[in-house]
Amino acid sequence: MTPETEEELAEAVRAADEPLLIQGNGTKASMLRPVQAAATLSARNLTGITLYAPNELVMSARAGTRLADIEAALAERGQQMIAEPSHYFGADQTIGGIVGANVSGPRRVTAGAMRDQILGVRAVNGSGEILRFGGRVLKNVTGLDVSKLLTGSFGTLAVLTEITFKVLPVPEATGTVLLRNLPAARAVRAMSAALGSPFSVSGAAFFPATQTVALRIEDFAASVTYRTEKLAAQLHEFGPAEILDTGASKSLWRDIGDAKMLPAGDAVWKISAPPSAAPSLLGALEDVGVTGFLDWGGGLLWCAGPADQATHDAVCAAARSAGGVWWLLRGPEPLRAAAHAVPPEPPALAAIRRRVQHAFDPRGIFSPGRITA
Amino acid sequence: MKQPAPKPDIMARRADIVAALRRLLPADAVIGDPISLKPYETDGLTAYRQIPLAVVLPADESQVVAVLKFCHANGIRVIPRGAGTSLSGGALPMADAVVVGMMRMNRILDINFADRYAIVQPGVTNLGITKAVEGEGFFYAPDPSSQLACMIGGNVSMNSGGAHCLKYGVTANNLLGLRLVTIEGEVLEIGGRHMDAAGYDWLGLITGSEGQLGILTEVTVRILRGPEGARAMLAGFSSNEIAGQCVDAIISSGIIPVALEFMDRPAIHACEAFAHAGYPLNAEALLIIEVEGSEAEQSDMLRRIEAICARFNPISCRVSQTAEESAAIWKGRKGAFGAVGRISPDYLCMDGTIPTSRLPDVLRRIGEMSAAYDLQVANIFHAGDGNLHPLIMFNANDPESFRKAEAFGADILTLCVEVGGCLTGEHGVGVEKRDLMAVQFSAAELDQMRRIKTAFDPGWLLNPAKVFPLQ
Repeated sequence: MTPETEEELAEAVRAADEPLLIQGNGTKASMLRPVQAAATLSARNLTGITLYAPNELVMSARAGTRLADIEAALAERGQQMIAEPSHYFGADQTIGGIVGANVSGPRRVTAGAMRDQILGVRAVNGSGEILRFGGRVLKNVTGLDVSKLLTGSFGTLAVLTEITFKVLPVPEATGTVLLRNLPAARAVRAMSAALGSPFSVSGAAFFPATQTVALRIEDFAASVTYRTEKLAAQLHEFGPAEILDTGASKSLWRDIGDAKMLPAGDAVWKISAPPSAAPSLLGALEDVGVTGFLDWGGGLLWCAGPADQATHDAVCAAARSAGGVWWLLRGPEPLRAAAHAVPPEPPALAAIRRRVQHAFDPRGIFSPGRITA
Repeated sequence: MKQPAPKPDIMARRADIVAALRRLLPADAVIGDPISLKPYETDGLTAYRQIPLAVVLPADESQVVAVLKFCHANGIRVIPRGAGTSLSGGALPMADAVVVGMMRMNRILDINFADRYAIVQPGVTNLGITKAVEGEGFFYAPDPSSQLACMIGGNVSMNSGGAHCLKYGVTANNLLGLRLVTIEGEVLEIGGRHMDAAGYDWLGLITGSEGQLGILTEVTVRILRGPEGARAMLAGFSSNEIAGQCVDAIISSGIIPVALEFMDRPAIHACEAFAHAGYPLNAEALLIIEVEGSEAEQSDMLRRIEAICARFNPISCRVSQTAEESAAIWKGRKGAFGAVGRISPDYLCMDGTIPTSRLPDVLRRIGEMSAAYDLQVANIFHAGDGNLHPLIMFNANDPESFRKAEAFGADILTLCVEVGGCLTGEHGVGVEKRDLMAVQFSAAELDQMRRIKTAFDPGWLLNPAKVFPLQ
């Protein structure tokens, strides 16, 4: 089903008597667990930007609006999405999907995730009620923050129909400090030193395959020149630095966000863990044939490897002992159906989660099993 | 304001309940006599008062668990309390409720500069976190005006903001993890020391839930490295409209100052009398603009901002030359509530948010209301993020004056919602704005939120009669 309006979508929910797979353009169908559903309900035809106030740093768009269209509209006014959502799942991702999966990019390390930029949503719950939460203003603590709860809920609580989010100007310039020949432990120390410097680093990634650290600074041109030089000087103990200009930097960070450095593999995971655990995490994964690269100053590992249960279990164990969490981003359906695609919750939280699901979707028809079996 | 009737069976068992609590906690951690309970009867919203049944002061998580299990088993209402600085009555007791005061859980448990987090107990003050990390050049970003006194547990519960949200966000954007105890006495670990959490965003839901989902026992906050330096400037304008246009022009130019504060004429005069910061007394509206970076970066940014201000014929435009001058400028702004208190001992502080472009219109209409109600108002505004703080002055000894002030406040907040904003930007709903929630939300929306509350607290024992209109 591809309703054309929010009211039609709500009507489709009310009329449904069997489980529905909730989606936008379906670009993330390979992520997390497969859903056994009689029908698909897509918000892809709810399109269009409904509010854009550049001087108030705010945009609203219907859930089916493509990420590429939103980025183009913002670029026309010299603005951008703050969380820099990854295009790993392509330019056809809808804003509903970006929010439903809480997709962010390299700037997340200091500027916050997609969930941090959400100001309000419109959504349809499992009873077919059209609800609004949050609003269009930057500061709002009126009632429970349901907008955040729905962000990253993969359509299992409500179908997003419109999203309002904060945006920011595109900085005048971007610079990158590259440090080479660093083993993982030194690389993570270099990233921590950079993020602990006063120079407002807005990206910090490490590529084990080339032993290279990349550190980004975005601001007015004079500031970028000043801060990249100061940062390189402050990090002199990590070896000579190379500095990339705006053009080279922008293309490098787009590739990092889109995980172009990810090695081939039949299964792909993301792991979020404390940065200082990253070196041992990389080591543990290499032992089972899983390799990748670090973003968010070492706080995010993108990795790929063999798509079998034993490898997946090893990835989960490594993430857990690093004090982190994992997402199974891609894999063959049998693995995704059998595996914990995200860490299972402890029983007390699982009980509350089931009650919260029931509070939104009493019939349990929204993408059952999408996150947790 | 109407509160639910105390449960007669609980009131009848007061002595037994206090005795039972004394068996669970050390003797000095349970307060049951009316005189010692008096300091807990109110919070930062002193217009409302109620002596609770008892107060407990747990020293660790196991004591919180024991108290909540007991209260849950006996159907006793529970009111969590931090420093009691809530401006919305978030910690207002009920006659049949046990107040759980968290001030004894005030230890900093871990600080990690490499991974940029601190793990603290809920009774650590907001400024206490920054004090603990500033030696290494770090700070905790959200900075509510009460930061010297308010506790991080309360900040998380109300999703507190501050003057620097435009750049650094609010509490919700500066957390990594929480531990909390549910009313059933279950300990939940939410998030951790890593950035993104898998599964639902419980951290986002619990932050700002006003103590209705659980009692926090541990908070993991992000700590940030501070900039090389910061400097403030003042720009005075001949009207609210012109100052509002200047704010628009600054944001549109691509400059995001770290803070962008607005005061109207009554606020300027009150704050200047208090702080002697050199605020221009002949201005109708004043902007405080702060930028960060190296000396050269600050100068460059302030030059750009001065050039923009110049297009709006400022009455005065002054860049702070020293750290002392910047501190005085902020002393005036952060002391605004106290400063207004010197003019009028009784005032209500409103907290609506509006789309920033509606500022001149909203201030004009607040001025009209002020005349109609015959009550003075001073407006302080986080102009960058649209958060408006009208301070309505009244006479607490005159019940009619208080009634008018409440009605004036409700009119302002209704106006905020009408122009596309919300009832509260950072103070929370509490009891104060509870009955206005239907202005902003439909019955179905309120019911959806109530069902979430019920999922955590089926018996509605935790901080009830707040946030949601009584049914």
